Amino acid sequence: MTDARLPDSAPARRWSWTDPALRSAVIQVSLAILLIWMAWSFFANAQANLARQGIASGFGFLDNSAGFGITQTLIPYSESMSYGRAFLVGLLNTLLVAVLGIILATVIGFLVGVARLSENVVIRALASAYVEVTRNLPPLFQILFWYLAVLATMPNPRQGWAFGLQPLLQSLANGAASIGLSPLADGLRSLAGDVSGPGVFLSNRGLVVPRPVFEADFNIIFGVLVVGIIAAWIVKRWAHVRREKTGQPFPTFWVGLALVLGPAIIAGFVLGWPMTFEKPELRGFNFAGGVRIIPEFVALLVALSVYTAGFIAEIVRAGILAVSKGQTEAAKSLGMRSGPTMRLIIIPQAMRVIVPPLTSQYLNLTKNSTLGVAVGYPDLFAVFAGTTLNQTGQAIEIIAMTMAVYLTISILTSMLMGWYNKRVALVER
Amino acid sequence: MSRTFKHFLLAAGMLAMGASAAGAATLDDVKARSALNCGVSQGLPGFSNPDDKGNWAGLDVDFCRAIAAAIFNDPTKVKFSPLSAKDRFTALQSGAIDVLSRNTTWTMSRDTTLGFNFAGVMYYDGQGFMVRKSLNLKSVSDLNGASICVQTGTTNELNVGDYFRTNNLKYELIAFATIDETIKAYDSGRCDAFTADQSQLYAVRLKLTNAADHVVLQQVISKEPLGPLVRQGDDQWFDLVKWTYFAMLDAEELGVNSKNVDQMGSTANPEIKRLLGTDGKFGEAIGISNDWVARIVKHVGNYGEVFDRNLGPATPLAINRGQNNLWNNGGLQYGMPVR
Repeated sequence: MTDARLPDSAPARRWSWTDPALRSAVIQVSLAILLIWMAWSFFANAQANLARQGIASGFGFLDNSAGFGITQTLIPYSESMSYGRAFLVGLLNTLLVAVLGIILATVIGFLVGVARLSENVVIRALASAYVEVTRNLPPLFQILFWYLAVLATMPNPRQGWAFGLQPLLQSLANGAASIGLSPLADGLRSLAGDVSGPGVFLSNRGLVVPRPVFEADFNIIFGVLVVGIIAAWIVKRWAHVRREKTGQPFPTFWVGLALVLGPAIIAGFVLGWPMTFEKPELRGFNFAGGVRIIPEFVALLVALSVYTAGFIAEIVRAGILAVSKGQTEAAKSLGMRSGPTMRLIIIPQAMRVIVPPLTSQYLNLTKNSTLGVAVGYPDLFAVFAGTTLNQTGQAIEIIAMTMAVYLTISILTSMLMGWYNKRVALVER
Repeated sequence: MSRTFKHFLLAAGMLAMGASAAGAATLDDVKARSALNCGVSQGLPGFSNPDDKGNWAGLDVDFCRAIAAAIFNDPTKVKFSPLSAKDRFTALQSGAIDVLSRNTTWTMSRDTTLGFNFAGVMYYDGQGFMVRKSLNLKSVSDLNGASICVQTGTTNELNVGDYFRTNNLKYELIAFATIDETIKAYDSGRCDAFTADQSQLYAVRLKLTNAADHVVLQQVISKEPLGPLVRQGDDQWFDLVKWTYFAMLDAEELGVNSKNVDQMGSTANPEIKRLLGTDGKFGEAIGISNDWVARIVKHVGNYGEVFDRNLGPATPLAINRGQNNLWNNGGLQYGMPVR
């Protein structure tokens, strides 16, 4: 019966407020115009005010030389380089602490989350205590705790703790001498003299370890390693297919490990390990040579990981408990032990509950890395939105750039986790 | 996080700033509000530091009180905003404060691209280093390879880079957002040296666990003229702040102090009469009462009195006037004539 009315109503269609399509179009267009006008007037107003006050604007400052030093630089940097370079240094420092923090927090979080469901009372109580303590203390407080209460109490470089073969032999020799075994002590001492100095130092300036220096031949070993990894991956695929078909298990992990490390180790021995270690040495105030991990980085990384792991543990526990108890019982009735039950049955099903809230924890960790400013960690926020902003005074450009960077990092993290979430989602067959 | 938010607010404030806020007439705004908004440090003994009763005191604080005395005849009509080195400029740019009196070094980029005007030099300083006595250091070049703590957003951060680079010295710079964090890190042994303007080092030394274990090296590596600054583009306000500084110097030079200021008005000396407003209309020219200098000196004192009260021999800092003496006493402080 509507068919009969159609020819009538079509020409009768006029501009009318009662037409929902037209009404919504008008509202949306005017809203868009209003928004554009507001954005434009903010922009014009800021431009005019900046010009009147004589404040420089534009992004030209990025090419000016920065002039300030940065403690931790992953790419070569010196004071004579530009603010743009300082921006990159800060960005990489942020990404370093965020990526390592996410990995560490995930590992700790999963362990603690599973431990909270342990049948062992002590483990369960310890895990609960961990979650309650880390989750309920503010992250800034935790960062300051690790920096000022733990790392700052380390001895200065001169009295720092040295690790390595030499100090070990030396202390063994002292021990032998103290119980009267002087020939043994002398032997150990001369042995200690043969070994070159200690390689690892821990002090209030951070952890210093030897820097590996690879010679050209080492590329062969790297090549072998890469081939090994590819072979292990192929074996894993093959084992998976075979298992789907026949149900036969295959020790993928151990075979894979052997494939990855075995050939590389053999190649290493054949080539005589073409690499040396540049050992750090105490020269004046600080260590020269080697790789140094600054205490600011350690404090921030440990605090953020430990703090976020508390939340992740709860997410993991919730995810595991969300898997129906019948799944465990079914696995048990098939004769599976509790380890494989957890690994093969429970965790894969729990993942689809775990991943979405896990994403927001990752985002939180990345954003919380800006708290590093309190302990002098040179992340993007400290270097760019801090020092650079102060030196150049160009608040609008710098805050906009910093906002864009954190937004981009967060969106990329979300997209990556969204992709992973699709992969672990329940596959219906 | 809160800091990002603060910066965001300031940036947003700048975006939305109407023509009136930053336009001209800071003096009208101050009068309407019946209080001066003055940016000071977060706690630097001798310059700007709250005392045990919560009252702000110090050289930089007294300068703001002098402006308030000149405008309102009441040195208490000041609202002090403690600012970190990092946040201070944004606060002045956005109009949150009327004058920044916070041991700030006068540099060309701050005067030009940041959009400020410096009104004078309250304190001539130079950048120095504080180290542990046990290190037995003689000069800055002995610090080769050292870890150095500095507050971020200062000229000190840049000077260290320049000095160590030109002298081919290695160093590690750890920059903290606030002075207290910097002090804590140095005190805990994270750094071998603490660098700042020398006056600040003496003040910081008093805050350390064991002040006697630390020593300030004599050598300075830079010029640090510290002074008050205002936003560019309001000449009337700039003049008022600038002449408050000159008037405090002129008063000292002419022997006018807080004790004799009432009698001095009736003196025959024409210079003093002009200064104290019994002759001429100099106050009107900057938009305030003609007895403005008399008000400043009566409530706050002349430059010498203010210096002695906050930094002089009777204080724990016991800083020598040195370069901060008047020009006719061998120093650099020189007040332009009121006439």
